[in-house]
Amino acid sequence: MYQTKDILLSPDQHQDGYTVINIGPQHPSTHGVLNLVVTLDGEIIKDVQPNLGFIHRSIEKMSESLSYRQFIYVTSRMDYLSSHINNHACCLCVEQGLEIEIPKRGQYIRMIMDELTRVSSHLLWWGAQSMDLGAFTPYFYAFRERDMITDIFEKNCGARLTMNYMVPGGVMWDVQSDFMDDIKKFIKQYQSRVHEYHDLVTYNFIFQKRMQHIGIISKEDAISFGCSGPVARGSNFRCDIRKSYPYELYSSLDFNESLETSGDCFSRYLVRIKEIDESIKIIEALMADFPEGDFQAKTKAVLKLPKGEFYQKVETARGEFGVYIVSDGGATPYRIKYRSPGLSNLSILNKISQGAKIGDLIAILGTLDLVIPDIDR
Amino acid sequence: MTILKFILIPIIIIALFSIIGMFLVYMERKVCAFMQIRIGPNRVGKFGMLQTVADTLKLVLKENFSPKYIDKFLYNLAPLLAIIIPFVLTIPIAYSKSWQIWDINIGVLFITAFSSLSVISILIAGWASNNKYSMIGALRSGAQIISYELSGGLAILTIVMFSQSLKISEIIASQANGWWIIKGHIPVIVSFCIYMITITAECNRAPFDLTEAESELTAGFHTEYSGMKFALFFLAEYLNIFILSALGVILYLGGWQPFHLPNLLEFNNIMDFIPAPIWFFFKVFLIIFIIMWFRWTFPRLRIDQLLKLEWHFLLPLSLLNLIFGFILIMLNFIVK
Amino acid sequence: MTFNYIKDLIHAIRSLLKGMKITLKYFFSPKRIITQQYPTMKPVLAEKFRGEVVLIHDEQNEHKCTGCTSCEIACPNGTIKIVTKQEVNEAGKKKKALDVFVYHLELCTMCGLCVEACPTAAIYMKNSYEHSTFDRHTLLRKLNQEGSKLQSGIE
Repeated sequence: MYQTKDILLSPDQHQDGYTVINIGPQHPSTHGVLNLVVTLDGEIIKDVQPNLGFIHRSIEKMSESLSYRQFIYVTSRMDYLSSHINNHACCLCVEQGLEIEIPKRGQYIRMIMDELTRVSSHLLWWGAQSMDLGAFTPYFYAFRERDMITDIFEKNCGARLTMNYMVPGGVMWDVQSDFMDDIKKFIKQYQSRVHEYHDLVTYNFIFQKRMQHIGIISKEDAISFGCSGPVARGSNFRCDIRKSYPYELYSSLDFNESLETSGDCFSRYLVRIKEIDESIKIIEALMADFPEGDFQAKTKAVLKLPKGEFYQKVETARGEFGVYIVSDGGATPYRIKYRSPGLSNLSILNKISQGAKIGDLIAILGTLDLVIPDIDR
Repeated sequence: MTILKFILIPIIIIALFSIIGMFLVYMERKVCAFMQIRIGPNRVGKFGMLQTVADTLKLVLKENFSPKYIDKFLYNLAPLLAIIIPFVLTIPIAYSKSWQIWDINIGVLFITAFSSLSVISILIAGWASNNKYSMIGALRSGAQIISYELSGGLAILTIVMFSQSLKISEIIASQANGWWIIKGHIPVIVSFCIYMITITAECNRAPFDLTEAESELTAGFHTEYSGMKFALFFLAEYLNIFILSALGVILYLGGWQPFHLPNLLEFNNIMDFIPAPIWFFFKVFLIIFIIMWFRWTFPRLRIDQLLKLEWHFLLPLSLLNLIFGFILIMLNFIVK
Repeated sequence: MTFNYIKDLIHAIRSLLKGMKITLKYFFSPKRIITQQYPTMKPVLAEKFRGEVVLIHDEQNEHKCTGCTSCEIACPNGTIKIVTKQEVNEAGKKKKALDVFVYHLELCTMCGLCVEACPTAAIYMKNSYEHSTFDRHTLLRKLNQEGSKLQSGIE
């Protein structure tokens, strides 16, 4: 990791005639406060060193002083684009310790919310990726569709971004009566417009040329760098937690794990586009037999996990998210560790962007789909 | 009388082009808004018409800030140079039959020669800013504008060959019986397409906006500029678009001449009724709309793709096109 | 080789024209505009939207808060502070009652845990959203109204 004195190189201190340039922390395409110290030979990238910690809020330490009900809300603020799924992981971990059965309706609601989050996150990524490559218009089209999902969240969960809707034992409250109709309306609208998106972006010749054959991750690299989610699946690495370590009712569902073989930016793009379709398939399957009944299991007022260690991993929109709780039997966790997908996915950046151009670095950074608060925590 | 001309003409040009520049900014914001299912500026004045006036006022009133370790002289020279060039370029443009400042006999050559100077202001700005982003942007622009001038010049040469003159009034006069683009010669249509791509690249506009490349270089060569100095760069960009689109209209769309259809006397009479300057501006804004349409649809090219497009596709194509046009002329296939 | 070159070129131009068709279609259909002009067109948020904590008062200026401090304990940020007082009821018994319900809106993350924790459903989250002020001290609120008292029958 670079030290501060390395980062603040003055213009006459270039190493070996290379240009050292700071991309970030205030840069339009790092999508947050990420600092990349890039060594350039003209346009060609020699070295990229990510410099993290600008939005570190010590969430892990903070969680140690919060009770098992309270620490969940903070995870919404880590990967804020898949806040439902983060909350879900925490709830599952606590439930694993408490050994409570979740009512069927609660599980269904949780899974539908998860998949909606995944769709909304991928839609936002799709717009942002197009914007990184210089096409501004798709961003607004993506937001129009995403807004329908956020409206559903607002109606049913009470917030648009940081939900805290899932509680140990189920969900906070039941969904509204027009929940199904809203989702059906969204799916109908999305499917009637998705061909436009493909015409505008996916099949666009310039876009394809910008994305293909750059930032290639081999399957071995994807495994050894600990990549997960669409980044690893673009390199033909089967790592979908929903398939390999199913939680909730994912084992009983029929869906495909989206895979691509080439491992370049365009394959990561295609994986995400396919995942939207798969998620919609899952939502439709879940809605077909949406059960009646309780949405929340009865739990005690003060939750106390038995002494021991608990780990639960889930598949967020960005990859494998894990919650590791060490309990000493008290009302607050002794230690909490989050395994966030962004940090491991970022670690491969230096390897795949060497030899690429500045424009490619932006495209690669975009397809890694980083959420900086998720990396820094 | 001559002295009056010396005073009046610059004032009129500056006033006209400030208005055109501001209108183009407004037009761009509205066009992009409608393409992006938004409304765009709509608070200042009716339909937001005065938004750019308000923005300009704000830029004028802004602190004239310049960073510490810059080359002061060049830093201040660059925006001035950037804005002077489009004003010089207005000289041979014909807005109507008599509205032309100087019908110089090498009008087209004059415009191509002077418009290539705009790269100097960008290079100076990039160098003087003492910023790595600016420097990369400036170097990119050097490579880009110099290469795109080649195929742009060859595209213009096709029309010069067809109309057999460099003089703007004669080029327009050669289109009296039909615009070059409507006469339907294949070399003209090919060269029009090349010309459209080239002016997009020469004005540094998306998908060729590598010198600015917001998501890569923050703002490229004008990263360190703010306030009125930035506004001058901004205005110069739009004026360059206007001038090069006006040249495109003169070369391909018959300049100020109205749209005529053969053998339809009444239709032609109605078209003649519309004044020539209105025709001219209508056509210019049509071309500008197409350039804006490009910008808000396409992603940006990478620098090597940009140069490859020029040297592998456009330059050979325009050379072949020129030879093809030459053969057509030699064999007398041209509708005069 | 040459054939592929031309095929690529045609494919490229077709794909670009397709994209241009879409943006032009949107340009000429102003009905699709989705802008909400915020200060003039205020959006109506959903009932469930968590905007701020409100202590419910009925027409007789009575609330349901017993001062049990469940919400204070449930809050992860120390947003709520309940100040209680000793009150003597009709039977002459001493009883704990609510004095001041202090609510720091500037600290609140709208997680809704206090509402979940409340045993008497005395508080709920209102769907208001325009909280910005010039002075942050205005965000420090006293939720129980002046002269309000506990509803009868609430223990």
